[in-house]
Amino acid sequence: MRLRQYGVVAAVATVLALTAACGTKKNPNSNDENAPDLPTYKVAENVDIDSPVLKAAQKRGKLVIGSKSDQPYLGFQDPGSKKYQGFDVEIAKMIAADLGFDPEKDIEWKTIDSSIRETAVSKGQVDLMIGTYTINDERKKQIDFAGPYYMAGQDLLVRKDEKDIKGPDSIKGKTVCSIKGSTPLRNITENKAKYGAKTVELGKYTDCVKQLIDGQVDAMTTDDAILKGYAAQQPAKLRVVGETFSDEPYGVGVKKGDKALRDAVSDAIEKHIESGDYKKAYEATLGLSGSEYVDPPKLDRY
Amino acid sequence: MNVLLDNFALFREGFLGTISLTATSAVLALVLGVVIAGFRVSPVPPLRAFGAAWVTLLRNTPLVLLFLIAFFIVPMVLFPGMSTYLLGVLALGFYTSAFVCEAVRSGINTVAVGQAEAARSLGMTFGQTLSLIVLPQATRTVVAPMSSIMIALTKNSAIAGAFSVTELFGVQKDLSDMGYNIMVVFMWVALAYLVITFTISGLFRLLERRLEVAR
Amino acid sequence: MSSVLYDVPGPKARARNRTLSIVGVAGLVGLIVWAFFRIESTGQLAPEMWEIFQYEGVSDRIVEGVIATLQAFVLAGVLSLLLGAALAVARLSDHLPVRWLATAFIELFRAVPLLITIFVIWQGFLTTEPMWALVLGLTFYNGAVQAEVLRAGILAVPRGQVEAAYAIGMRKSQVMLTIQIPQAVRAMLPTVVSQLVVTLKDTSLGYIIVYEELLFVGRQLAANYVINDDYPYVVVILVVGTIYVAMCMVLAWLAKWIEARGRRAKTGIKVAKAEPDVEADDALHTK
Repeated sequence: MRLRQYGVVAAVATVLALTAACGTKKNPNSNDENAPDLPTYKVAENVDIDSPVLKAAQKRGKLVIGSKSDQPYLGFQDPGSKKYQGFDVEIAKMIAADLGFDPEKDIEWKTIDSSIRETAVSKGQVDLMIGTYTINDERKKQIDFAGPYYMAGQDLLVRKDEKDIKGPDSIKGKTVCSIKGSTPLRNITENKAKYGAKTVELGKYTDCVKQLIDGQVDAMTTDDAILKGYAAQQPAKLRVVGETFSDEPYGVGVKKGDKALRDAVSDAIEKHIESGDYKKAYEATLGLSGSEYVDPPKLDRY
Repeated sequence: MNVLLDNFALFREGFLGTISLTATSAVLALVLGVVIAGFRVSPVPPLRAFGAAWVTLLRNTPLVLLFLIAFFIVPMVLFPGMSTYLLGVLALGFYTSAFVCEAVRSGINTVAVGQAEAARSLGMTFGQTLSLIVLPQATRTVVAPMSSIMIALTKNSAIAGAFSVTELFGVQKDLSDMGYNIMVVFMWVALAYLVITFTISGLFRLLERRLEVAR
Repeated sequence: MSSVLYDVPGPKARARNRTLSIVGVAGLVGLIVWAFFRIESTGQLAPEMWEIFQYEGVSDRIVEGVIATLQAFVLAGVLSLLLGAALAVARLSDHLPVRWLATAFIELFRAVPLLITIFVIWQGFLTTEPMWALVLGLTFYNGAVQAEVLRAGILAVPRGQVEAAYAIGMRKSQVMLTIQIPQAVRAMLPTVVSQLVVTLKDTSLGYIIVYEELLFVGRQLAANYVINDDYPYVVVILVVGTIYVAMCMVLAWLAKWIEARGRRAKTGIKVAKAEPDVEADDALHTK
C-alpha cells in the first residue's frame, strides 16, 4: 500500500518534470532554410459579393476554414504552435486574401474529420472546407464545390529502396495499408482478383506510414497528394511510385446554393494559378517530395 | 433498401470476427489470469509483487493505449510483420487477464480455510493444494463474475475494430461511411451484440447451475 | 506472513524460494533489458525524441489535453451518477411501464460497446460537439452500470428499516430519498468510485471522434513531429501512459481509502469492496 502511494508520487513527479521543462527547443516543423519560400498574398479590399456566407464572415471579421491537421505539407497542424501549414492551407490562404481576409490574422482554422465534412459545411460550422476534398456527385447533393484546384489520384507510397512495386499491377502478394473504410482501400479490396494484395486498415495515415517505415507493411495507398506530403516529410526514407490509378479532383466545399461565393472562390484559384503563386506554393510544399509539378486541372464552373 | 440483407456478407464477417476475436482473447486471458492469480497467492515474494504490479498496471491503463502499445511497440520488440489480429488478441487478452486474475483470487479467498489446511496437513505442496484442492472449488464462485468479464471482453473487442481487425464496429463504421442511415445500422449492430452477450450469460448460467449441484 | 495455502517455509523451502526469486527476477530484468535494447536499436528512445516535450507549446498542449480529459470525466461522472440514481429508482418503481423502460435502457446500453454508442451519438446527432457526444455516450453506459450498482445497494438496505419508515407514516418517495438512497450510496461508494475509474479510462475513446483530450494530443504529438526520420511514438506512449496510470491510480486509491473508512463505521449494511470482482459490470452479482 505504502509502496503504491510512493509509486504514484514518483510517476506524477516524473511526468511534471518531463512536461514542465522549459519549452524552448527548436521545432523540426518550423521551415528549414533550404526550402523554397512560400508565396505572399495581397489582401483584397472592399470585397462586395452577394453571398450570405461571406457577409456573415465579414460581420464576424473571421473566415472559418475547415482543414485537415494530420497531413504533412498538405493540411497540417504543428502541435506546439497550433499553426496550420501545407499546400491545402496555402490554397485556403490565397482564397481568403482574395475575399478580403488577412491570411495570417483573419482566418479561424478548424480541424474537420473526413466523415463529417458535408455536415460541417451544410450546417455552417465552417465557411469553406479545404482538405483533400474529392468532388463527386454523391457529395454534390449536399454541398457545392468550387475548383477543382488539384487533380489527385490513387497512388502508392513505398520505402525508398523498394524495387518490386512499380505500380498497381505489381502489388500482388504484398501488404498494403490504408485508412479504414476509405475509397482507395475499397478499390483494392473489391478488386482483389485484379490486384491480389493483402490489406491492413488503420485509423490514421501516420499509423500506416509508421508501419511502412517499420516494415510491417510494404506499401500504403491513398491519394497521391497525401502520399507526396509524407514523402516530402521523409524524402530519405519514402517515395511515391507515381502511377496514379484513379482521378480525384480536389475542390473547395461551399454551402449549397451560394453560387456567388463559389464563383468568387473559383476566380481566386484561377487568378493565383495565372500569377504563379500556385506553382510556388506547390514547390514549397508537396514539391519537396521530389514529385514533379503538374499543371492544375481545368476549373469546373457549373 | 434493407441494410442487413444488402450487406449480409459484411455483417456475417463482422459478427464472426467479433466472436473469434473474443474467443481467442478469452483463452489467452483465462490462462494468463489463472497463472497470475497463482503468482499473487504464491509463497515466493517476487512472484507476488509481479502479480500485483501486473494487475495494478493493466487495470489502470486505458485499453486504447494498450492497443497502441501492441500495434507500435510490440512489433518493434518482437519482429515486424505480425498480424493485426494477433496484436489485437494480445492487447485484449493482457487487459482482460488482470480482471480474470482478480476474480480468481477472490474466488480462492472464498474457499473454506479448512480445505487448504487439510490439504497441507496431508503433506501437499503449494502447487498441489492450489491446483487439486482450492482452484476446483473456487471455480464455482468464479463463474458469475467470469461471465461479466467475458461480456466486457466482447464489448471491448470493438476497440480492435478501430485498429484494423474485422469485427462489428468496423461494420458500423463502414456502413455509415457508405451513407446508410446510421441509426438503422446501429440497431442491427446492437442486436448482434445483444445476441452474443445473451449467449455468453446464458452459457455461464448453465455452467453455474451444473456446478451448483456439486455443493 | 501467513497464508492458508502453504506452510511457513522451512530452511530448505526458503533456500529454494530464494533461488527461484533470483532466477525469476534475473529473467524478468533480462527480458526488460532485452526489450529496451530492441526498442533502443530503432532509435525510438534517442535523446532527440525526448526533446519534443521541450518544444514550444508542447507542454501546454499536454496540459490542455489533461484538462479536456478531466472536463469530460467530471461532466460524465456527475451526469452518470444522476442518471444512475434515476434509473435505479425507476427500475424499482411500482409502475410496470417505468420499470420496463428503465430495464430496457440499462440492458441496451450495457450490451452495446461504449465505442459504438459514442460513435453513433457523434455521427448521428452531435457532429459539431464531440465533447458532448463523448460525455453523453459515457453517461449512458456508465449511468446504466451505476444504476445497477446503486440498485444492489438499495436492495441491501435491511427490510426492517423500510418497514419501520412506512410504519411511522413516511411516503414512498420519502422512504427512497431519506432512508434507502443515502445508505445505498454510502454502502456502494467504493464500487461507485471504481466505476468512475472506468469512466476516466474510457474518456480516451474520445480521440476516435476528434475530441482533443489527452490521447488525441498524444496521437497528434506522435504523428506530427518527425525526428531522426521517424515518429516519436514510443516516448509519447510512455509519457501519456504514465499520466493515465497516475490519474487512475489516484482515483483507485481513493476508492480503497473510502472502503477502509467505511469498514470502521458500524451500521446495518456492509460496505462493498472497492475493487469489484470485475469491471464493475456486475454489482448484480455481489451476493
